[in-house]
Amino acid sequence: MNAADHPAARPGRRHLLRAGSFGVGALGVGAASVGLDRTLRGTGADRPPSSAVEPAVQGGATVPFHGEHQAGIETPAPAAATFVGLELREEVDRAGVLRLLRLLTDDAARLTRGEPALADTEPELAAAPAALTVTVGFGRELMERAERPAPSWLDPLPAFGIDELEEAFTGGDLMLQIAAEDPVTVSHAVRMLLKDARAFTQVRWVQPGFRRSPGTVAPGTTMRNLFGQVDGSANPAAGSAHFSRVVWIEDGPFAGGTSMVIRRIRMDLDGWDEVDRTARELSTGTRLDDGAPLTGGTEASDADFTAVSAHGFPVIGEFSHMRRAHGVDEGEHQEIFRRPYNYDTAPPPGSGAISESGQIFVSFQADLLGQFLPIQRRLDELDLLNQWTTPIGSAVFAIPPGCAEDEYLGETVLG
Amino acid sequence: MTRSTLSTHARRTSPSAPASLSGVRLPRRAALAALLLPLAACAAEPEGDDPAAGAPSGGAADDGTLTVTDPWVKAAGEGMTAAFGTVRNGTGGDLVLTGARTDASAQVELHETSSDGSGGMSMQEKEGGFTLPAGGELILEPGGNHLMLMELTAPLLPGDEVELTLEFTDGTEHPFTATVKDFAGAQEHYEPEGSAGSGASDGGGEHAEHGGDE
Repeated sequence: MNAADHPAARPGRRHLLRAGSFGVGALGVGAASVGLDRTLRGTGADRPPSSAVEPAVQGGATVPFHGEHQAGIETPAPAAATFVGLELREEVDRAGVLRLLRLLTDDAARLTRGEPALADTEPELAAAPAALTVTVGFGRELMERAERPAPSWLDPLPAFGIDELEEAFTGGDLMLQIAAEDPVTVSHAVRMLLKDARAFTQVRWVQPGFRRSPGTVAPGTTMRNLFGQVDGSANPAAGSAHFSRVVWIEDGPFAGGTSMVIRRIRMDLDGWDEVDRTARELSTGTRLDDGAPLTGGTEASDADFTAVSAHGFPVIGEFSHMRRAHGVDEGEHQEIFRRPYNYDTAPPPGSGAISESGQIFVSFQADLLGQFLPIQRRLDELDLLNQWTTPIGSAVFAIPPGCAEDEYLGETVLG
Repeated sequence: MTRSTLSTHARRTSPSAPASLSGVRLPRRAALAALLLPLAACAAEPEGDDPAAGAPSGGAADDGTLTVTDPWVKAAGEGMTAAFGTVRNGTGGDLVLTGARTDASAQVELHETSSDGSGGMSMQEKEGGFTLPAGGELILEPGGNHLMLMELTAPLLPGDEVELTLEFTDGTEHPFTATVKDFAGAQEHYEPEGSAGSGASDGGGEHAEHGGDE
């Protein structure tokens, strides 16, 4: 992902709202220094030692909350993200849903600016926003409680043969994606948002995830999952017209919004240990070192699915993840935007395992049924990688468009 | 679709953005926006060393207005609760806050909080009201000074908005809108004058509206 192709100057509200989405890329430079200055003035104890070469402190970086689209989708994926699935309490009606969303919107607007939420009991923890984003998604139940029609596609995914779904990571009426470059910032924001959600909801699941820490690899580097694979090479570039086509819904109440799939994929690292490097590359059809297709070039190169080896077999095998995801042998092609996070938790007690790891698979696409579902169906039918991966959680949410400063999140959908 | 543009960014980042609501009833949406927008500027300013009532706020310009920023009320099912926020006197003249009213409760008292000598905090009515010198700030917060809403007329649910009006000795009145928040703190012991012990806490009814809080 990169924000390099910043759209050229475009007048009007759309542009202004759009500009909000790219705060970290361009606008954010200024915002970061302003925020940083404020942070340092406000907190003597947190002031870093002064030296000739001060390390770059980035905690003041902000990503605009308001805009045409919600932040946290097209904006760069920061190091830490916590996904929360909430269930509405039985008595919560339309009025309750709207009160809840106003509270969450106000909290998110303040916290993403690096300000304490209203009635924040730990205001000092809010001082370093660290590019915090808060993204909200709706389940069918929330739409029904709010007495507004849910999108027809807003349902659980069909059951797949590879699934071993656990209730503890599946479903939910309201989804919060809270992400920042710093885990303390995320923790505080999650706590604050959930304190305001508590009167209306119960927590169904919480999934913390991580990527590389800021400064570890060059910005825009495609992430690696815990199998060591470059993961997300085929993503449309943020800021491009291509991205907009793939991700943003064009018409209807959810215009400017998208659909979100979140699936918890357990990765069998012990099993993966038994696989040698060549076999690992064959399973995906890509090179481990740079993510390029096995047919050569760079990570960005198109794969040559027609190339065959000296033995006459396709270089990118018919069972390989990339070939299956592309739909090469079905003569079809769909695209989605993936924004996954790794997870690595304690193994179940007594299991003898040394890890419990995987990926919080997150994808956004304008058309859930037309884009995501065919890809998932193909991978369910055949994908060598399935041998080491198991979906254990799954949920679908409708992501409403972003909001302006005098709106609450979802107002265009629920108002 | 009615949306404002992000040109409001300019307002947000301007440190001198006025937050005046004085005397003018704005439509709810506008009022809310006016309440929320200037907070960036306010919150970014370092607080004075002495947060006590009436302490002049560092560097606050005299913009001729009275403002209430970050107003909120602790959610409560019944009985009493408290309202908080920061009142700034930018009018250029001294003011004395002597009362407040709201349709949400039968009565509003001005309370101050002090140590009860046994590690807890106890609160009592503030005799003579709170003095706000020109340019001064009155911080109303849990564990400190606050507006006490007595005998709620209806449950105050999280996310509700409550209209309150501050009353000053010179006849100045200042209406503002506060957001109701689910809040576990603000448990100060209330000692009404003449009572000997069995006081109430402000806003003891929090969570009352969702008893199933495990």
